[in-house]
Amino acid sequence: MVRFINLTLAGITSGAVFAAVALALVLIWRATRVVNFAQGAMLMITTFIAWSVIDAGGSYWLALGAALASGLVLGAVVERVVVRPVENKPHLNAVIVTLGLFVVLQAAAGMIWGDTPHSYPPAFTIRGLSVAGTWLLLSPFDLFVIGAVAAVMVALTLLFVRTDLGLKLRAAAFAPEIARLQGVRVGRMLTLGWALAALVGSLAGVLVAPSVFVGPTQFDAMLVFGFTAAVIGGLDSPAGAVVGGLLLGCALSYVSGYVSSDLVTMGALAALITVLMVRPNGLFAASGGRRV
Amino acid sequence: MSGPPSADLLELRDVTVRFGGLLALDAVSLTAPRGRVTGVIGPNGAGKTTLFNVVCGFVRPESGELRWRGARLGRHRPHDLTRLGIGRTLQGLGLFQGLTVLENVMVGADRHARTGFASGLLALPRADRDEAALRGRALARLEELGIADTAARPPGGLPYGVQKRVALARALVCEPDLLMLDEPAAGLSAAEIDEIAELIRGMRGGPGVVLVEHHMDLVMGVCDRVVVLDFGKVIAAGEPAGIRDDPAVLDAYLGEEVRHDEGTA
Repeated sequence: MVRFINLTLAGITSGAVFAAVALALVLIWRATRVVNFAQGAMLMITTFIAWSVIDAGGSYWLALGAALASGLVLGAVVERVVVRPVENKPHLNAVIVTLGLFVVLQAAAGMIWGDTPHSYPPAFTIRGLSVAGTWLLLSPFDLFVIGAVAAVMVALTLLFVRTDLGLKLRAAAFAPEIARLQGVRVGRMLTLGWALAALVGSLAGVLVAPSVFVGPTQFDAMLVFGFTAAVIGGLDSPAGAVVGGLLLGCALSYVSGYVSSDLVTMGALAALITVLMVRPNGLFAASGGRRV
Repeated sequence: MSGPPSADLLELRDVTVRFGGLLALDAVSLTAPRGRVTGVIGPNGAGKTTLFNVVCGFVRPESGELRWRGARLGRHRPHDLTRLGIGRTLQGLGLFQGLTVLENVMVGADRHARTGFASGLLALPRADRDEAALRGRALARLEELGIADTAARPPGGLPYGVQKRVALARALVCEPDLLMLDEPAAGLSAAEIDEIAELIRGMRGGPGVVLVEHHMDLVMGVCDRVVVLDFGKVIAAGEPAGIRDDPAVLDAYLGEEVRHDEGTA
């Protein structure tokens, strides 16, 4: 029983990070109907920037701030410079462009920071908490991870549901031409959507960095897990992305704990294929076909 | 709301639009005064929609000019419309299916929202206040149109006539000085058309209204002035009663059948 609880706790922690990556993908999918295959590379770059801040003697929080700020900027720049020219072109163009960006960013990171992974400090101790004499697979840092992701989710929900800007973001995503006639600057909304998504991604990067280390290829799996979580939730649903992330996190934790940690990636693929076969629109999507 | 009180709000002077070899609008002149309803009719392909699109900034005229409150409108873009004080409904509905009725209307209320990019992003208190004011104005419009009870629902499942009202509420919520209605009667039942006519008549004395419509009874019933387009040219303009009897109009637009009906009625 303790083992099950521990695996669940570990699953929730990693699931929170998957959820953040999934949310980054969903935000971009909703705004521009593009699956951003460069998301993993983008959060790798911002995490490297955070690592550089720490390496230069900056505090953890300064580094986190640098990662979030650079994520915001990187997202906006990528939308303006790389994605904007292929908008309204066949979907495949955007897919190829983001894949190309992924390769470019990975190569650039290798040139700037080298290929050797660097360690990244956690914000708090990763020593598990002890309850009634039993050690749990839940450390203060894990709590911070869950709390940080939850805070971002709440902030984003408030932004989208409670503010005029959020309404415009949604309107621009649903029907850009009509939104334009209502006075919405659709281009700006798309840029902001990408910036917000990259911000969430950069948070995920910093949170996962202590366990995967910081290197050009260290975050590739995050894209796979995040994408799986997003598909489980239905690519259109931010709430689904969060639930999908948590479900995937727990499922992979059980696979790793009860079967073998070698099978984790295969477990993610199995989950992805199962969902695509049983509910191709995801567990939370309303309906409607889509092409990726 | 500046500008001389009784001046023409919108004025087109000799506007010409050409798509390749096709003359879509041929030196069309038109005025839409404040507080009155101006109808634009014409057969399919006469240039009605092109005219709308010129006003909205989707299409740039080859020659001629567009004046808004006496000032020339040159390079305006579609997203400038609400800021200028021009509201429009679309052919069909053009509602956001993913948003609730109230949110649909709130998107249209943008003109008065002063939320900046950064303050909205950080959800600062001012943005919150604006949002509440916006919500209030949108609800008030829905109430005026008698559909406040649908506010929280997605528009997709509502009857077509109700959805048309939502679209109208959205165009009205920014308190436009000019309201452009693109075929508001399309797809409505006779009873619903009467309701729309009533709504448009009720606006007289408020914003200027430009009504593009096929439905003759609606046009004749609510317009103060009617402009008839055919092959991109204005072939007649004047009071509805005069237009109804104009032989050029009957030939071009109403056709033999209607003339026959008129004769027997």
